[in-house]
Amino acid sequence: MSTAETTPTTSSATESRPGARLVDTAQYGLAAFLAVVGAYIVYDATTLSDGFADQPVQPYAFPYVIGGVLLVLAAMLAIATARGDVPEAADGEDVDLTQPSDWVTVVKLVVVFLANILLIDWLGWAITGAILFVGTAHVLGSRTLIRDVAVGVALSVGTWYGFYSGLGLAIPAGILDGVL
Amino acid sequence: MDSLNLLLDGFGQALTIQNLFYAVLGVFLGTAVGVLPGIGPAMTLALLLPITYSVGPDSALIMFAGIYYGGMYGGSTTSILLNTPGESSSVVTAIEGNKMAKKGRAAQALATAAIGSFVAGTIGTLLLVLFAPSVAGQVVKLGNPSNFALILLALFAVTAVLGTSRLRGFIALFLGLAIGLVGGQTGQSRLTFGNPLLADGIDIVVVAVAIFAIGEALWVAAHLRRRPLEIIPVGQPWMSREDWGRSWRPWLRGTAFGFPFGALPAGGAEIPTFLSYVTERKLSKHPEEFGKGAIEGVAGPEAANNASAAGTLVPLLAIGLPTTATAAIMLLAIQSYGIETGPQLFKDEPDLVWALLASLFIGNTLLLLLNLPLAPLWAKLLQIPRPYLYAGILFFASLGAYSVSFQPFDLAILLVIGLLGLAMRRFGLPVLPLIIGVILGPKLEEQLTTSLQISSGDISTLWSEPVAVIVYVFIALALTAIVVSGLRKPKPEASLNEKDEVNA
Repeated sequence: MSTAETTPTTSSATESRPGARLVDTAQYGLAAFLAVVGAYIVYDATTLSDGFADQPVQPYAFPYVIGGVLLVLAAMLAIATARGDVPEAADGEDVDLTQPSDWVTVVKLVVVFLANILLIDWLGWAITGAILFVGTAHVLGSRTLIRDVAVGVALSVGTWYGFYSGLGLAIPAGILDGVL
Repeated sequence: MDSLNLLLDGFGQALTIQNLFYAVLGVFLGTAVGVLPGIGPAMTLALLLPITYSVGPDSALIMFAGIYYGGMYGGSTTSILLNTPGESSSVVTAIEGNKMAKKGRAAQALATAAIGSFVAGTIGTLLLVLFAPSVAGQVVKLGNPSNFALILLALFAVTAVLGTSRLRGFIALFLGLAIGLVGGQTGQSRLTFGNPLLADGIDIVVVAVAIFAIGEALWVAAHLRRRPLEIIPVGQPWMSREDWGRSWRPWLRGTAFGFPFGALPAGGAEIPTFLSYVTERKLSKHPEEFGKGAIEGVAGPEAANNASAAGTLVPLLAIGLPTTATAAIMLLAIQSYGIETGPQLFKDEPDLVWALLASLFIGNTLLLLLNLPLAPLWAKLLQIPRPYLYAGILFFASLGAYSVSFQPFDLAILLVIGLLGLAMRRFGLPVLPLIIGVILGPKLEEQLTTSLQISSGDISTLWSEPVAVIVYVFIALALTAIVVSGLRKPKPEASLNEKDEVNA
């Protein structure tokens, strides 16, 4: 709905670029992604065999429709993009859309996140949770390492015990098995 | 007066010490997290879903009801004190509310929002109690073809009616439907990439947390404000006699706008809050104050917002159809207990439903008691260091996804779908159709299967029931209207603002 005249100015990153016709080239990437997903769903549907006799809706029926529509939507998005359709990026309290996107920070966050995934079986949540907190806080600009570590350890160990005694869920302890 | 007795029983159950504790906890958590920038009620609920694994269903739902209303109220506090609404539903509140705060009337703005929310929430809950059981009683008689049509309507409505870009709405919807395909519900593995961990499908909790929490945190991280926002200091909320006189009519009118829109499949909170604002501007004796901090412009939309939140519980409890992101997660919470949601809920789980309804009244009252005195404390939460806030969101999101089954694989899924959430925010794709698609897609297939099983494959059964026919006619008319307006005005206005990432 229209809130144009009522909200503070929000200019998306693409709008601030000079030039008569704005083409958000990254949006072609999204269209390609949709096409790949749609195509894979259709391919996957072709690998399915007929359902049981009491299954009036074949297991591949929905995938064919959904995959097919995704392919159509991908084409429509590509056409719209070429015609100068630009997205309106999401706004928020802490979001400043007047600045260009800082993708380096996002990549660093993803790396910290991946470390958590790879290490959690071995080290356990009590350790990797703290690493996750300290690492992401550091990437986001926190420069008080000792305080970060203290908060991170308190959170991860606290949630481990909170789940264990409060909710009765034993989070795998990993390397600290027997210590916690 | 059957409902009244059931409601009194519900109060009896909700007012036990244990459940009262969960109600207080929910209201407190909901407000606190709702005040925090970047976290709306939907994300709050998504992050707190793991609690449902070990607390009893009545306690958990009572707590979630508190979070629901609390998060709504917290969001309006943020928009009044920061002028950057986190949810689309509090956009309108921010217009006059922040102007009032800048004029030194933050206390009055918060007070009229809190009391208006209480009035609207209470009336809305009353209407919910009146309508939901009878709606459920009617819907429960419908056959599978009608249910199939209703699900189709819900999917269509959240996609086509809300939001500014229909193309992007449908993209989000079909991505959600695609995620819902994963798994072996039909007897054969679909889209599992041969991975046994995907055989049961992707846990919707993981999807919700990824889209709401991870996607949002990553998006904010890419655009974090260098300079912190100016926060307006606030004292104890109070209102003068004149403020009361100018507030009570807007509260009631806002409620009248909010509830019906909330109860409609595609109502949401944006349209009623905006209608309420426009109405108050027209009816006000102080039209010159609008745009400079008119109290009517806070009272009306806030009431509309809360009444619509109560209204969305009608389709949720009576039909099992979620129409907002927050309602969708409430539905997940109910389903995580193995409780079948739908019109039979009132008959199958009367204790649970009536305790939930009673706790809505209790939560609303607690909110008023808690928020008026604690407003200065809530305002302090706005000063939380942003690195800690977003590191904390990533931390609790990971914990929530990991606690589903303690598989690192779930964390990998969380990351992948979280990156999808990031991309959706970058490309302006609305989140709501995706999450509704994930939840309702499998149900759509199930209803179609059952319908055709009953009719032994005769497809004409789909339009054999009057309700189904009406729904299809309605969808066809709406589609025609969309196409016609699209032909007349090929290029939609580019200046429209889209903020439906977390529809309260």
